[in-house]
Amino acid sequence: MTVTQSTPQARLRQEPEKVHPAALKDAARKVLDNGGRMQMVYAWYPKPSHIELRYVATVPGQVRFAVWSCEPEGPVPSLTEVAPLLSWYEREVTDLFGLAFTEHPQPQRLVLHDGAIVPRPPFAPDYPPGIEIRAPNQQSIPEIAGVNGDVQLLPFGPIRGDVLESAEFLFFYIGEAILHYTPRLFYKHRGMEKRFEGLGAERAVVLAERVSGVGSVAHALAYCQAVEAAADCTVPPRARFLRVLLAEMERLYNHLYYLGHLCHTTTLKVGEAQGKLLAERAKQLNARLTGSRFLRSILTVGGLRRDLSPKGWLEAELESLRESYAVYARHLETTDSHLDRLITTGRLDRKVAFDQGATGPVDRASGLDRDLRRDHPYAAYGELPVAVAVRTDGDAHARAQVRMAEIEDSIALMQRVLLLLPDGPIKTECEIVPGSEGLGWSESPRGTLFYAVHFDGAGRLARVKIKSPSFSNWRAFPFTVHDTNMMDYAINEASFGLTIAGCDR
Amino acid sequence: MPQWTLIGLLKGKQTAPWPLAEGDDGQTGVLGMPRYDPERCTSGCKACADVCPTAAITLRSETQSEGRLDVDYGRCIVCQLCTEACPTEAMTTSSDWAFGARHRDDLKWSAVATPGSEPQALSPSGFRRSLHIRHVDAGSCNGCESELQALNNPFYNLHRLGIFFTASPRFADLLLVTGPVTYAMHGPLRTAYEAMAEPRWVMAVGTCAVSGGIAEGGYACGHGLEGVLPVDVYLPGCPPNPAAVMQALLMFLGRAKQRVRGGQLVE
Repeated sequence: MTVTQSTPQARLRQEPEKVHPAALKDAARKVLDNGGRMQMVYAWYPKPSHIELRYVATVPGQVRFAVWSCEPEGPVPSLTEVAPLLSWYEREVTDLFGLAFTEHPQPQRLVLHDGAIVPRPPFAPDYPPGIEIRAPNQQSIPEIAGVNGDVQLLPFGPIRGDVLESAEFLFFYIGEAILHYTPRLFYKHRGMEKRFEGLGAERAVVLAERVSGVGSVAHALAYCQAVEAAADCTVPPRARFLRVLLAEMERLYNHLYYLGHLCHTTTLKVGEAQGKLLAERAKQLNARLTGSRFLRSILTVGGLRRDLSPKGWLEAELESLRESYAVYARHLETTDSHLDRLITTGRLDRKVAFDQGATGPVDRASGLDRDLRRDHPYAAYGELPVAVAVRTDGDAHARAQVRMAEIEDSIALMQRVLLLLPDGPIKTECEIVPGSEGLGWSESPRGTLFYAVHFDGAGRLARVKIKSPSFSNWRAFPFTVHDTNMMDYAINEASFGLTIAGCDR
Repeated sequence: MPQWTLIGLLKGKQTAPWPLAEGDDGQTGVLGMPRYDPERCTSGCKACADVCPTAAITLRSETQSEGRLDVDYGRCIVCQLCTEACPTEAMTTSSDWAFGARHRDDLKWSAVATPGSEPQALSPSGFRRSLHIRHVDAGSCNGCESELQALNNPFYNLHRLGIFFTASPRFADLLLVTGPVTYAMHGPLRTAYEAMAEPRWVMAVGTCAVSGGIAEGGYACGHGLEGVLPVDVYLPGCPPNPAAVMQALLMFLGRAKQRVRGGQLVE
């Protein structure tokens, strides 16, 4: 294809700004003082002998993100004291790349389990090919402190009741009261980021679709946009509008299921059944539109793999779903037994949400007015009215209310897309520039999702970093569990709407 | 509270008649495993094998009478790339998703697909109308869980078939495993299996559990249940839809025929 330089995407390609390790803390402080936010740090090897860090930060009023490149000369100063949300990212870099951070308040392993036998850091260029990590026979159980022996420990998981994703939770408790809570995640760590390496740009889309199943569109979209940014590639208008439609359909079935599951935890049985039935209806619409209940096999680099025909039938289906949902939502919001369990449960303070990096509906329920679709528009969001629902209570009810508002906004947005949907081509060929890099993002149903891609000299993927919203929200979640009680735990967890596959990767 | 009872009653029955009677199975439009037609396959072409991300399609090394390709649906992630790459429509889209099979070889394409035999239960007759399942997520992408969770929504209503998910492996007859068995889930999965009382069975749900799936290999991902647990039922799909899971469970109980033979659906 021919590259057009004057397109909206063209400005996304950017050179990272170089920051010396000794200047990192001041640079991060400056971001925060100006009202910005650190987003993540990741590592990569431009050459086998040479490791680099990339920091990504939000700068207020600016569509593009600030990207810093930092070349370590030994251990790097930890930024955890400036931006606590970076703690997990730094620990991940240490686990997977072997790069240490000085003065890290919690320098334990995070992604790799304690006792796991690792020949070399898995992303080190000299990691022996074909060797798999071995796990310890038994995970260690921490010692319980307390002189009277009245504090008890409940290790729960990794296999939990019902059909749930695998994760282990440690509750330190006395009677009903939870003193301290530690989630032990990453049982599902598949090393997905490493699986991208060496693949061609288009071929890796199906891999991105399978990082987090209920976020297939958000992942594929963020990945494609990262590649398109690296290639300065312009997606045709029809494809951009259809991408919005797909992303909002994903939000719809996720949020509907969320409400059904929340009713499950408050034991509102009919509410559970109705919510999950609405989610099923949405998934069946997904299949009718794309052939996949998870909206897979449609997105690709440069646009879509094939055209979709939503006009003439989807409008009426969405309207019918909206009507059913409106009745359902009205009943949920007038059911005292349900609301009593949600209001004041699992309160996440605004400052904690900001410092620990909460994102998406969790962030917005704690009063932080952020949404990538509006603040950093992509696809066709810049040409559409994006409403951002914000609540300030920070409790389980606020988190549910944000999602409920988003269901209505999402359907309105889809109807708008169907009205405005232009005709035309659905794909352009993107020419991958060897050695290029790009950052892509999407506002998934659960919040901010980043993909950072780096291409090698042959135009193949050298490094892909995935920042999933659940990685962020799992970091913030325990702050709402300490000093609460066992009876509220399941409700609180459901109100966060976390996935584990996305977090663990 | 009474309002919800009323809502529930007014809604009426929302459950699909399928699979107990003819009717909507809820999978309208769902694309299943691509169909392979060796007659249309031209020599010298390997477009489908080149794009297949999981090596489900490979070229046969020696010249054989029945087709040029080895197609292993146990490795297929239903990405449909082969149907787009094939210039001669030897690989076409289909709605074939009822791929529950007792033998791994049933998922590999062969020219001679023996017709489906009469339903035959793997389990003793005592389990025919009551089955308890322990699900273990051994590192999935959560797609399979999303579809398993859908089984208990009012549309599929798995309970009506006498099939239940249970929390304790001690109460479970069937271990239903999703995911490629990551290094960290290997131990817990074995522990859950060993905690089950005999007789016990294992079902691999999703292409990851059957063969490792898209991310197979690497430093942490694993290769599926092969060599980890003995598997009694294989159900590939990415993910298998709820109807496919129901069909495979009924097949396991001897209440439905196995529909896939030689990588093709037969009646």
